[in-house]
Amino acid sequence: MSALSRPFLPVLVRREHASLAIKLVAPPAALGLATLLNLGLYLLMGRDPAAVFHAMLLEPFLSWASFSEVLLKMGPLLLIAQGLAIGFRAKVFNIGAEGQFILGAIFASAIPIWLPQATGQWIWPAMLVLGALGGALWASLTAFWRVRLNANEILVSLMLALVAAQVLNYLLLGPWKDPAGFNFPQSVMFQYDAMVPILIPGTRVNVSLLIAFAFSLAAWVFMQRSFAGYKLQVGGLAPRAAGYAGFNEGRAIWLSLLIGGFAAGLAGAAEVAGPLGQLQRSISTGYGYAAIIVAYLGGLHPIGIVFSALLMAALYIGGDNAMVSANLPVAAVRVFQGSLLLAYLVAIAFVRYRLEWRHAAHGSAP
Amino acid sequence: MTAPLLSLRGISKSYGQIHANRDIDLDVAPRSIHAILGENGAGKSTLMKLIYGVEQPDAGTASWKGEPLALASPADARRKGIGMVFQHFSLFETLTVVENVRLVVPGSKSVLAQGIRKLGRDFGLEVDPLAHVHALSVGERQRVEIIRCLMTRPQLLILDEPTSVLPPQSVDKLFETLRRLRDGGVSILFISHKLEEIRAVCDRATILRGGCITGHVDPRDHDAHDLARMMIGRDMPQPMPALAHSGGEKRLEIVGLDHRPDDPFAVALSDVSLTVRAGEILGIAGISGNGQSELAALISGETVLPRDKSERIFMMGRDVGAIDAAARRRLDFAFVPEERLGRGAVPEMSLVLNSLLTAHPSGLLKRGLVDTARAKAFTEDCIRQYDVRTPGSETEAGALSGGNLQKYIVGREIMLSPKLLFVAQPTWGVDIGAASAIRRRLVALRNEGMAILVISEELEELFELCDSIQVIHQGRLSPPLVTRDTRPEEIGRYMIGAHSTAEKVPA
Repeated sequence: MSALSRPFLPVLVRREHASLAIKLVAPPAALGLATLLNLGLYLLMGRDPAAVFHAMLLEPFLSWASFSEVLLKMGPLLLIAQGLAIGFRAKVFNIGAEGQFILGAIFASAIPIWLPQATGQWIWPAMLVLGALGGALWASLTAFWRVRLNANEILVSLMLALVAAQVLNYLLLGPWKDPAGFNFPQSVMFQYDAMVPILIPGTRVNVSLLIAFAFSLAAWVFMQRSFAGYKLQVGGLAPRAAGYAGFNEGRAIWLSLLIGGFAAGLAGAAEVAGPLGQLQRSISTGYGYAAIIVAYLGGLHPIGIVFSALLMAALYIGGDNAMVSANLPVAAVRVFQGSLLLAYLVAIAFVRYRLEWRHAAHGSAP
Repeated sequence: MTAPLLSLRGISKSYGQIHANRDIDLDVAPRSIHAILGENGAGKSTLMKLIYGVEQPDAGTASWKGEPLALASPADARRKGIGMVFQHFSLFETLTVVENVRLVVPGSKSVLAQGIRKLGRDFGLEVDPLAHVHALSVGERQRVEIIRCLMTRPQLLILDEPTSVLPPQSVDKLFETLRRLRDGGVSILFISHKLEEIRAVCDRATILRGGCITGHVDPRDHDAHDLARMMIGRDMPQPMPALAHSGGEKRLEIVGLDHRPDDPFAVALSDVSLTVRAGEILGIAGISGNGQSELAALISGETVLPRDKSERIFMMGRDVGAIDAAARRRLDFAFVPEERLGRGAVPEMSLVLNSLLTAHPSGLLKRGLVDTARAKAFTEDCIRQYDVRTPGSETEAGALSGGNLQKYIVGREIMLSPKLLFVAQPTWGVDIGAASAIRRRLVALRNEGMAILVISEELEELFELCDSIQVIHQGRLSPPLVTRDTRPEEIGRYMIGAHSTAEKVPA
């Protein structure tokens, strides 16, 4: 009995065993809680909650046109979240996927910007590969400082994301600015062969969605079947057991960050070589950060993440809808994302703990 | 005898199946320094936590100055006049001394600073109230902890192994303080396993063994030998009449190893030398906290020596000081660590996945992927052979009882058929039947030619297992003592560091 217990207040007690049922219920419960909270907020703001609910959570699924946009958004979220989740399982907290995404976009753009006349089917795959390498390279900075100087990877990766945004600004305002672009901070439009082929005719959904699903499958094999993935998980769950078995901690940090950077860079490349078709300031609308929520909401499990990525993509599209039809401010989507993470953290606490009510402060000392 | 200040009757406390305290009766007289003596795991700390209200007893009563005492919470204990200084300090390093005190004691800084200076003068607890804690030595920090307790004007002060963190000069100063406090009217409960200290400062001693009281004595009337017998147990085992297997090849050799860990609470090792040969079991005896875990980590490779200090640890004839745990295992070395959960096994993972931890090189992988069928077969083999009681191989390691998990880990490591096996606390928490099964297995492996190193706090166990024993005390290792020619009392003297002092017990 804890000395901190007070009468009439519940106490969190650790569960002996977290059942599968409660693990599966937690994410939908979090979604429900976040939805309720936000509808309450819209009510306070004087909006019609029913209309917002309809616009935000139903409309994205009601027409093929808007659902295809959801799938388009899902690609990068899925890629980044799968990469991040691998690191999170190893307790390597790469918070700077946004920066790795931007570097991926920059690296991929180098080909069409430097070789605007080039043609051939090799261009877009080369851009994706180069972008993935760029993201991994950016993440390797974080890995280097963490392993060599024990610099916290959360801070380093987050700050490097801000640096990446400035690198992008420099390029777009300087050497890579479109000379015929009326001084707008954007690059030239890419040639046709620099674009990822469209997957579903009549929509903007391209082959990168398939790549994201393939990456998800690879992540599943890596985490659930491979020994390298096993070593990462041991390092995350019980660092001393990893030391006892002789699993190298530095290698786990490198691997986690490189995979995360690789996936984020790939997503960045697919974004410029896909729907955007040029390098812009606004290439990322917070995918790198939203993917953190996606990863956790999916229970850091490759299959769960597929569903949470779909949900988060729908929220992006639904948020845009709600801005137009229900007159919601831009920040509303971010607020929803944030409260979703918060609700998830509350829900996950109940996966591992249960509430116990105690009416007496004192124990049974006779 | 005057009426006791604190009186306990029939106090018992269990954690699961472990009886930490059983039917404890204890009287603490006013104005006395009362020692609680016992080996680690004897239940000393649990008893103190019960008195201070951190934990509640399952049964028994307590009274304070003749009134019933509830033992409900530390806040209650402090209100009654019971203070406690824990072994590990709870000070904020970035705050000054007076700021730390102020977190517990109400009052303005200047008044408190004056109080701190006065206590310092009265009891020999000099410390600058305005100094930042991070700038203080360990001895000074302990003084701050004691001062913080004294500011609440306790009548009973509990000190949990106060000398374990202090250099010898500071120990004398602390004892002087304790005597002055006693003369000032404060009773002190002093927890220790160091016999000489207790003889030096305490006027009463209560000895605990295995959660039970084995004696109330005046330590000044008994020599260290007597106290050690009460602490370790009278029924010493007979030495094992085993054949001497000398002359096997050296599987582990440590030569003059000095090591100072980064952690200030860790024990520094100095001039440690040992040799384990094929077909031989060497035991390391000693009271816990004398450098066993530091030595274990250096042998296992969890702590790696800096390159310039290599050529100190040799395994199968190779210098391994600077290579990591995985590389040492590749030389056919296996290790059972002291902590099972979180080190020897991952609590949240199934036994099958825990087998992979160290057994992955024995054919449990296929092209970088886990061969689930073979991992499962290995695990079920281990469960059968070592009588691990578990619903199945998919059970999480954390759901097993301590003893069963120990059987599983020992079994897993033996199944790797190593040339050198290192086992820390082979039978901690294992029931008697299983413990003797593990010991028989270890002796059988030795007879087959395995080199085995055992660290244990149970002298009986070491006498049953080992060909020779070395004793670790304050980071130093005694010369090897051949078990057949050694009496347990002699080991006991090495364990308490009494061997080199003037007061030798005739053998």
